[in-house]
Amino acid sequence: MISSIIFIALLIGSSTFFFINAKKIRRNILLGKDISIKDNKGERLKTMMLVALGQKKMFTRPIPAILHLFLYVAFVITQIELIEIVFDGVTGHHRAFRASLGGFYTFMVSFIEILSVLAFIGTVAFLARRNLLKVPRLVKSELNGWPKLDANIILIMEITLICFIFMMNGADEVLYSRGQSHAENLGDGSLGLTISSHLGPLVYGGMPNAGLHVIERIGWWGHIFMVFGFLNYLPFSKHLHILLAFPNTYFSNLKAKGQFTNLFEVTDVVKPNFDPAYQPVLDPNAVIKFGVKDVTDLTWKNLLDAYSCTECGRCTSACPQNITGKALSPRKIMMDTRDRLVEVGKNIDKNGGTFVDDGKTLLGDYIKHEEIWACNTCNACVQECPVNIDPLAIIVGLRQQLVLEQSSAPNELNGMFSNLENNGAPWQFSPADRANWINEN
Amino acid sequence: METLKVPTMQEKIANGETPDILFWVGCSGSFDDRAKKITKAIVRILNHVGANFAVLGVEESCTGDPAKRAGNEFLFQMQAMQNITVLNGYDVKKIVTGCPHCFNTIKNEYPELGGKYEVIHHTELVQQLINEGKLKVQGGEFKGKKIVFHDPCYLGRANDVYEAPRDVISKLDAELVEMKRSKANGLCCGAGGAQMFKEAEKGNKEVNVERAEEALSHNPDVIAVGCPFCNTMMTDGVKHFNKEDKTKVLDVAELIASANDL
Repeated sequence: MISSIIFIALLIGSSTFFFINAKKIRRNILLGKDISIKDNKGERLKTMMLVALGQKKMFTRPIPAILHLFLYVAFVITQIELIEIVFDGVTGHHRAFRASLGGFYTFMVSFIEILSVLAFIGTVAFLARRNLLKVPRLVKSELNGWPKLDANIILIMEITLICFIFMMNGADEVLYSRGQSHAENLGDGSLGLTISSHLGPLVYGGMPNAGLHVIERIGWWGHIFMVFGFLNYLPFSKHLHILLAFPNTYFSNLKAKGQFTNLFEVTDVVKPNFDPAYQPVLDPNAVIKFGVKDVTDLTWKNLLDAYSCTECGRCTSACPQNITGKALSPRKIMMDTRDRLVEVGKNIDKNGGTFVDDGKTLLGDYIKHEEIWACNTCNACVQECPVNIDPLAIIVGLRQQLVLEQSSAPNELNGMFSNLENNGAPWQFSPADRANWINEN
Repeated sequence: METLKVPTMQEKIANGETPDILFWVGCSGSFDDRAKKITKAIVRILNHVGANFAVLGVEESCTGDPAKRAGNEFLFQMQAMQNITVLNGYDVKKIVTGCPHCFNTIKNEYPELGGKYEVIHHTELVQQLINEGKLKVQGGEFKGKKIVFHDPCYLGRANDVYEAPRDVISKLDAELVEMKRSKANGLCCGAGGAQMFKEAEKGNKEVNVERAEEALSHNPDVIAVGCPFCNTMMTDGVKHFNKEDKTKVLDVAELIASANDL
């Protein structure tokens, strides 16, 4: 009875806390400029199924892809078991579905046990890749401090969670074989769990019933604590990708990667020069800002991108400029965007719903000019991202701000611009000489 | 002295003719001495198959690509609309470009601004001509030679054109070798994003050196490219390793033109 009350309080408390924070993230994402992405629903759904659910892009690197798949499938399938855990927790039952589901129950829980072992292997391998093998993309400087700790916290939480599952099942198997389990005794002598029916007796076989009941309960409560803890850790962690990968891939850019957005606020001004019949749409007296100075100048999709990033660094490891030692790292662009957005969100919370200027901007305080100007716009980062994040869109937006609002492009580029303007070519050649090649030998 | 037939749009129209295709030469192909050779190779192929084409000549102007990638959207749209006015004035339907950057910009970014054309890259045109039987390709001097193909970002990743250049090269009876980073995983030559026109930021290596090193690790006779800017970058990269005697950097159009003694 008391345990049911505690459980229900935990369930309501952690769900409420999660929804409050999820709502804040939603609000932060919607601070971005509005764009409409309502086309091609079928293709979007297909992209989501392939890229998020099917993890298609992960498999360009098979080893981490398989390890990740272990964790991912274990995570998804374990949610089914959670239905029983919640039911048991609320009603005070123990393995409530076992008697009615029979063989299917044994199969499901055994399947989850096997996946948990695979996930355990995956998690240990991931910890090793980060901390012992020091895979280059996982130890780059932008991960120093919190991002590195965040990654390790998640992995350790996963290991702990798996250990609790096996404590719970292992102790229960021994108790059941002694006729002492709180699960309904079907007279079959074993719960029949593939791993725990062997592991349980091996580890706990010599323990008295009282101790086993304690271990079983530690496992059960520990497991559910981890689940609630994990849920509420997500909004503060890069691990949010497990949820946002789905909407983010649904709203993927479906156009050719080479097609950059044509700024309408520019078209509206330029077009009348070429088409006298064109009537400008935008108010000529309104102050129009070009490009991206702060996160609120980005679109909501750019901001969704930022929250969806799990800092895997595939983008950065494929970036030609990062490979050759330049300051640009597409992953850092995404991390900076999210960090600044979180800061803006906190500012709004603190100031009763409105943003109070803090003298900081994404451009300059987070992302340096040196990073932006290094980009080759080669789309390698966009190609690599397993959840279809587009760092390039942000970089180009920042460049537009520097050129159109701050006139602070590198000198050579200003030279290129003036050549283009005067000669119709990026170099200092006369436009009259453009066809000279025809008669040259 | 060779005679290339390069009619301009203006001449064609004056003669009452309508070209089937406009050859968009691009700034590099018009002004850069190395790239002009690629332009001429494309023209030789067009002449060889008797294509009814024209160029804009002095009426052509930069597509605005480097301005757009560098963040100067005003300059880009000014260039774009100026070009669209010219192209629409001639009622152009189909365009072949000598440069993947022009290709991408006209194909993807002009339609919204009023310029809707069928746009193909010159490697796609060559592929089409071979497939239609209009162009027969022999291996010629490249028979048995080792060729690596470097994917231009704005042809490959930007527009998913990977097979046309490979298909064309495969007709040369040469050994086509793939770099580890190729097709969708291809590494940029270092020129894109307006980097061509500025010094690199502080780092420990030039991108073109990194890429040339990868290509040269296969010890190829030819590094084949499909972009005049890649050509410049890879040529400089090969020179950096003093390998210019062994390894030539050639455009796919040049390979075909030379192999056929055009």
